Amino acid sequence: MKKLQPLQLVFLFLGGVILLFIISPLAGMFLKTAPQSLFETAKETEVRTSIWLTIWTSMLGTLIFAIAAIPFSYLLARKNFPLKKLVTGIIDLPVVIPHSAAGIAILGFVTRDSALGKLGSLVGLNFVGNPAGIIVAMAFVSLPYLINSAHDGFLGVPERLEKAALTLGASPARVFFTISLPLAWRNIISGVILMFARGMSEFGAVIVVAYHPMVAPVLIYERFGSFGLKYARPVSVLFILISLTVFILLRLLAKDRTLLTFSQKNKNRKNSMKH
Amino acid sequence: MLELKNLSVRQGNFNLRSISFDVSEGDYFILLGISGAGKSVLLETIAGLIRPSTGAIILNGTDITYEKIQKRKIGLVFQDHAVFPHMTVRENIGYPLHGSHFSTGKKREQILKIAEKMNITSLLNRRPSTLSGGELQRVALARTLVQNPSVLLLDEPLASMDIQLRSELRSLLRQLNRSGQTIIHVTHDYEEAISLANRIAVINDGQILQTGTPDEVFQFPRTEFVAHFTGARNFFPASIRRTPQAVFAMISDNLSLHVSDNLEGEEGFVIIRSEDIILSNDRLDSSATNNLKGIVSEIIPSTHGIEIRVICGLQFSVMITRDSLNRLGLSEGKEIWMSMKASAVRFIPKELVTTK
Repeated sequence: MKKLQPLQLVFLFLGGVILLFIISPLAGMFLKTAPQSLFETAKETEVRTSIWLTIWTSMLGTLIFAIAAIPFSYLLARKNFPLKKLVTGIIDLPVVIPHSAAGIAILGFVTRDSALGKLGSLVGLNFVGNPAGIIVAMAFVSLPYLINSAHDGFLGVPERLEKAALTLGASPARVFFTISLPLAWRNIISGVILMFARGMSEFGAVIVVAYHPMVAPVLIYERFGSFGLKYARPVSVLFILISLTVFILLRLLAKDRTLLTFSQKNKNRKNSMKH
Repeated sequence: MLELKNLSVRQGNFNLRSISFDVSEGDYFILLGISGAGKSVLLETIAGLIRPSTGAIILNGTDITYEKIQKRKIGLVFQDHAVFPHMTVRENIGYPLHGSHFSTGKKREQILKIAEKMNITSLLNRRPSTLSGGELQRVALARTLVQNPSVLLLDEPLASMDIQLRSELRSLLRQLNRSGQTIIHVTHDYEEAISLANRIAVINDGQILQTGTPDEVFQFPRTEFVAHFTGARNFFPASIRRTPQAVFAMISDNLSLHVSDNLEGEEGFVIIRSEDIILSNDRLDSSATNNLKGIVSEIIPSTHGIEIRVICGLQFSVMITRDSLNRLGLSEGKEIWMSMKASAVRFIPKELVTTK
């Protein structure tokens, strides 16, 4: 190994501190949780329902909103229009506002008196205290991650390839589905995973819109509030373990295609550098 | 067959201004111009990727100015191939056949046929990332040709290739053209133009300066830009002075050249091809009526021989062989005589220069 310069040593030290800062609380929590209590918590119906609810609401929300968000990201990557900066700013809003405030805003938006609430009650759908409300709250705070990631992906697709496809007789829709979408796939998938993860971990907005049925973050909070730290720990550890498993599985599923397009991009870059 | 009528295009700060030309069936038409002249914009406009602000594009009698790109029957091959990286070569070539009325078997057959023609059958199952630049270019050509375009547009197809590949692809393009394919080919390389084109248009700063056969354009450049660009180095503004004995082209106060006497006009340009000037160490006693003494300022080897720059009030360019260079013992700073026949000094009156 090459000898490190003093500056690099300092940076390395700082990096180590940051890593410790992230790892130690989590590691501490894991170590303080006895496997026995973990098993018992896993057997509780309340806990299992709650974790399952968190997973499926976040996944469904991500999929539903992705259908509109992905084409929108494409539009943002390709077209210039007046006030585009304002539009991209609006997309980032959910990231910067306090999530409890976001929850209050959403609650006002989906109560039975609101337009959306009235529309929902027409088809027998009540958002407040309902998985539908949880989905809306999760999507509201996590959409920016998908849109921004997909936007980056589409920006990375050379416009020339789309032009070439057009001259080869493809309709704009076919160009989107056969060229733009597959080539931006890597970013889109990582955006979907990010949005899904962000939705699952959402607490502030969800608790305002729907305290019941309880998603895992709310359940953890409730256990902490009613029974204290010791009882909140096993649920937290269980939820973290399950979330990690889901994400690793998702990454593995997406990996084949992802790796392929990635290595190709790299090679193409190398080739174009040769010219 | 393809007719551009007064086409104007606005693209950011760049304008194409009233572009008009005709391309006939079976033509190998070359658009010649330096980079930034508007060549690629023009190709993309013909292909339908850019909308013109005024003018019309007529293909086989039909106005296609605002026709959808995918219905134009015009194929465009981009400079950097634009082969789809996430598809195999076979999928790339088959891309335009999607939705056509052919059966799957017929499509396979067509892909194979065009791949044979382009000599890439062995590459059909490969991924583009494993191909060389020359192979990619062939794949891009095959992919465009499989849809039988009425006109094939090529954007600098030979630019990023080494000499060997270039001559291979050149002969491939020539072959294609001979088999009836109409081609419009954009390049900045006038040698490429001479070797391939049967018609040339010189474009600069968004305007077509001159169109014609290679002979017309290279022998009778109508503007200084065309003359310089097409390799005619000895191109000087001149005015005609007629005396009872002879006709002179006055290039400067103390430099005048005999020209043949059957010409019209007063003001214009003279062109002397570099090959038409004879160099000698002493004044030649020959039929050449123009004999000028100058000083060798530069000796530049090129692909066609040695270019000698001679200062004689103005700078002249003379092409000689390596053999002559050695025989004359030329070196920079040496005094030398140039001689040229009156008929080698071509006068082009100004009226012709300003009109297109």
